[in-house]
Amino acid sequence: MELVVLSGKGGTGKTTIATALSELVQDVMRVDCDVEASNFYMYYEGKDLEKKDFYGGKTANIDDSKCIKCGKCQEVCRFNAIQDFQIDPFACEGCGACTLVCPTEEAIVLEDEKVADTFITQTDKGIIARAEMGIGSDASGLLISFLRKNAKRFSENEELTIIDGSPGIGCPVIASMTGSDMVLVVTEPTKSGLEDLKRVVTLCEHFGVYTMVCINKYDINEEMSREIESFINDKHLKLVGKIPYDDMVMKSINELKPITFYNESIAKKAIEDMWMRIKENIN
Amino acid sequence: MNIAVLSGKGGTGKTTVSTNLALASKSNYIDCDVEEPNGFLFLKPKIDRIQKVMTEYPIVDDDKCTACGDCVEVCQFNALANVKKNIVLFEKLCHSCGACQIACKYDAINYEKREIGKIESGKFRDIECSRGVLNIGDPMAVPIIKELLKDLSGENNIIDCPPGTSCNVVNTLNYADSAILVTEPTKFGLHDLKIAVEVVRMFHIPFGIIINKDDEKENIIREYSREENIDIIGSIPYRRDIARVYSNGEILYDNINFKPIFEELVDRSKAVLKWN
Repeated sequence: MELVVLSGKGGTGKTTIATALSELVQDVMRVDCDVEASNFYMYYEGKDLEKKDFYGGKTANIDDSKCIKCGKCQEVCRFNAIQDFQIDPFACEGCGACTLVCPTEEAIVLEDEKVADTFITQTDKGIIARAEMGIGSDASGLLISFLRKNAKRFSENEELTIIDGSPGIGCPVIASMTGSDMVLVVTEPTKSGLEDLKRVVTLCEHFGVYTMVCINKYDINEEMSREIESFINDKHLKLVGKIPYDDMVMKSINELKPITFYNESIAKKAIEDMWMRIKENIN
Repeated sequence: MNIAVLSGKGGTGKTTVSTNLALASKSNYIDCDVEEPNGFLFLKPKIDRIQKVMTEYPIVDDDKCTACGDCVEVCQFNALANVKKNIVLFEKLCHSCGACQIACKYDAINYEKREIGKIESGKFRDIECSRGVLNIGDPMAVPIIKELLKDLSGENNIIDCPPGTSCNVVNTLNYADSAILVTEPTKFGLHDLKIAVEVVRMFHIPFGIIINKDDEKENIIREYSREENIDIIGSIPYRRDIARVYSNGEILYDNINFKPIFEELVDRSKAVLKWN
């Protein structure tokens, strides 16, 4: 069973809530799919059981000694990645069109591009699958699909896998949610929060994934929260939690301890209630 | 001067900084966070131009195709498959690179266009605003970002970037002359800021940091900036009334209490980014 935590808008509390939920479950596998800003694993000290190079895409490489400077590669490249017979590795998408038109044997070759280190990390709270991605990579979708598969190798006996997703609705988000069992969208009572909730919910509908919503910091603007609730009702989505604003959350991030560690936290209480409701929906 | 506003971590205040700085400095505003463009919730321009953004995809002419599979073999994105002697396209995986067309010996592949999003532009008060919007379900934002930024006119453009550090951000920075990194004084904020700093440094452009939700104390962001010798442009204080104005989609710069914050940020940005 895979539960993906998404938000559309960044900074609404995905990681705080994914971490807290994972603390409330006995057997759990954690996957940090926010590969560009990976904060999930920062809560846990652990030992890396596995570290692997991840090759996501390819990059073209010109061999100066063989290049006859005919310019055919520059003509066909649709990404403007070749100028003065040099490849711009950030613009190159590794399509290989240039290699197909090059008249000289092996003057341009596609080379595997390492885009990330992937890790399986053992913590005293279970296993986390995660990655450290190279800058500017355009293979985050592939990497996320790999992380989910990587986690599955270790999660046979685990009853739940919790995936901390990325903001947005693009390729990393699509890779995080396709084929998963359910999505929990964490939103906040702001105009931007609602707007982005709408877009991510439409994406979930598009892929036919069961979708639940929680409103984080709901009391910073109760009127906006009501507007979000009526959207949730109109869409027949499940509102599983309303979490109050809590200064302890900031403290928990800075002490790198899950919010569930703080018994006096009001957010903790609300997340526990939410977990009960999510469980009802699982069964 | 094209100024990119980015952050690494989402939700640190890129849009707040970009929209208010655009107003305070009378710069154009360009929203490149095409997956979740929110700038127009605050600046509400009267949209007078809408342009579709198209991408190309291959169409196989069945009369000419022999299902030899050469196109499938060259496609690096697994967007083509040979299913029972039929070439099938998974259009969302296609990068429109043209390799299949080059590889086809029978001239059986042509390219057609489909819409993946749009660009909307218009004026708000005296500033030009534009934004890209990715169609929901389409995975690739980069073609929209490129279209949005390729013909930037105007003296000063404030570019509201997507979160993260991947291709979307790098493609935006390709068009930037300087950058503002927005962060918050938490360990997550710092962790993601460090990655954003690495990205910006590859472009060798001037940049500085704005601390949002600032406790106005000696904090981990100030400490880091000193160690790394990065200028702090300024900060926006951590206040519930600011969060409230934002949550309603109102403009902070229009509020007499907050206007001076952004006037000062513009002055400091001009100094740090060498922006005349």
